[in-house]
Amino acid sequence: MSKPSFSLYGTQLSSRLLLGSALYPSPRALQGAVKSSGTQIVTLSLRRESAQDSSASDFWGLIQTLDVNLLPNTAGCRTAKEAITTALMGRELFDTKWVKLEVIANDDTLQPDLFGLVEATKELSAQGFQVFPYTTEDLGAAEKLLGAGAEILMPWGSPIGTGRGLMNPYALKTMRNYFPKVPLIIDAGIGAPSHASSAMEMGYDAILLNTAIAKAGDPGRMGQAFKLAIEAGRLAYEALMIEERDMAQPSTPVAGTPFFDLETR
Amino acid sequence: MNKQTQIINVVGAGILGLWQAYKLAKEGFTVRLYEKSSLPFEASSSRLAGAMLAPFCEAEASEQHLIPHAQRSLEIWRESPFSVFMHGTLIVASPRDRAELRAFEKRTKGHQRIEAKEICKLEPVLEDRFQEALFYKDEAHLAPRPVMQALLEALIELNVDVHFDFEGKRAPADFEIDTRGMGAKEALPDLRPVRGEMAVVTLNDFSLSRPVRLLHPRMPCYIVPWPDRQFMIGASVIESDDTGPVSVRSALELLGAAFSVHPGFGEAKILELSAGTRPSLPDNIPKIFIDGTNIIVNGAYRHGFLLAPLLADHVSSYIKEERCEGMFFE
Repeated sequence: MSKPSFSLYGTQLSSRLLLGSALYPSPRALQGAVKSSGTQIVTLSLRRESAQDSSASDFWGLIQTLDVNLLPNTAGCRTAKEAITTALMGRELFDTKWVKLEVIANDDTLQPDLFGLVEATKELSAQGFQVFPYTTEDLGAAEKLLGAGAEILMPWGSPIGTGRGLMNPYALKTMRNYFPKVPLIIDAGIGAPSHASSAMEMGYDAILLNTAIAKAGDPGRMGQAFKLAIEAGRLAYEALMIEERDMAQPSTPVAGTPFFDLETR
Repeated sequence: MNKQTQIINVVGAGILGLWQAYKLAKEGFTVRLYEKSSLPFEASSSRLAGAMLAPFCEAEASEQHLIPHAQRSLEIWRESPFSVFMHGTLIVASPRDRAELRAFEKRTKGHQRIEAKEICKLEPVLEDRFQEALFYKDEAHLAPRPVMQALLEALIELNVDVHFDFEGKRAPADFEIDTRGMGAKEALPDLRPVRGEMAVVTLNDFSLSRPVRLLHPRMPCYIVPWPDRQFMIGASVIESDDTGPVSVRSALELLGAAFSVHPGFGEAKILELSAGTRPSLPDNIPKIFIDGTNIIVNGAYRHGFLLAPLLADHVSSYIKEERCEGMFFE
């Protein structure tokens, strides 16, 4: 099976899964999931796992040995300012221009604060960052994010950690059609491999998830399940799926086959 | 060789070192215990432990095959002279976090789902607080600091040669067992610190018989009843080598979570806010490393109190019979 690569900010990738590194039972389990899922991008949180006594904690060192692209995130930041400071820290620690930008509106829903997100995207892009903004399916906000310098958009499937899948497929389809050339990644809310498949069938470029694999009974095997589901969804999209119909249409014509029921006798 | 003539050095007087020294002294070895800190347990992560002996609940965030080993270790605790409270564990969640309770139920064994009436029977102070809970009747807890003190006294009773404030050259021995936690980092490059923060509060006219764990998507916590109307509230799990004081955020989360278990905690007095690191290996499971007569036991992570007796048994079988059986030998 050929797996045409795609690129994010000029980096060629063959895996369309971006994996979060939080919540695993152990670093060993994380390593297993990275391997089985085939992911080439691992996100990591800077705000919580803060090392103060040395330049990087052992956990970060461990992640750096995984041979993947690191995508520092600003998980849990509540203001644009806080997110910018965190992003600067990520650039310094991991020597990357990439940042997964989260500006959270409130702790209960973990919805993106779109105003703060646009503000931080503008500032970070001006400072040379390549921003992966965690946003909603709102097209107005999406336009503003692109205007602010983002070249990728990451709309949510449903709120972070809920595992409810694609809550608004209509809006996500609209977004895909509205931005045919922009790399779009579903970020957050994915629970089952079928959720990831559905998004890929719609033509989304990639899936970013964490909890669905980290908190699975067996993260290693779930990683493989998502790998296969994402590949299947992408392949289906490229192979052009049939349209839905209201009426049944037999796949073998019945007219003119006088003894079509003979075989069942 | 006659046991009495075999000398064993145990280095580090946290829960692993104390149990190790206790086990070997009971078996008739000549044991010396060396500890760097001048005051007992001052520098040990065990001092900050919740000391829940919870084979089933701990498996939620760990490996299922740890359960039988943890159960065996709990048995050893129960057969020991130290006070172990066999009152089970109660897991609760607020109604809107019911999904957390369901997920925990699905991921663990050894529990029964109980409702308001039974919750109230087990913990009268929690009357009308929760509609449902999970009860793990075969789990236990203990008071970590008094038990460590009791272990130390038992060692002295057994003529163990105990050296605190010791950093020099240790006397030669037939075996040396290193249980220094993060202190052994240079010998174990894979060892990493995982920060934990905890609070101790005191509250009158309030009592719990068993650890209560609150499930929450962002700020889970547990409350462990300690002697003298004290309650230990723990604990954050942060991948960090920071050993500095508790952050405001963690304090808010821990105390806020306790307050949401029972508003009575609003009147509690804070006796202590402490932070430390748990020595952890990549799979978060403790290991015994053997190099001839040098043995390292490390990586207890969240399982120090739970697994200390079993690890001590394993090391003792190695010393007596050169047996290295079980999942903990590396």
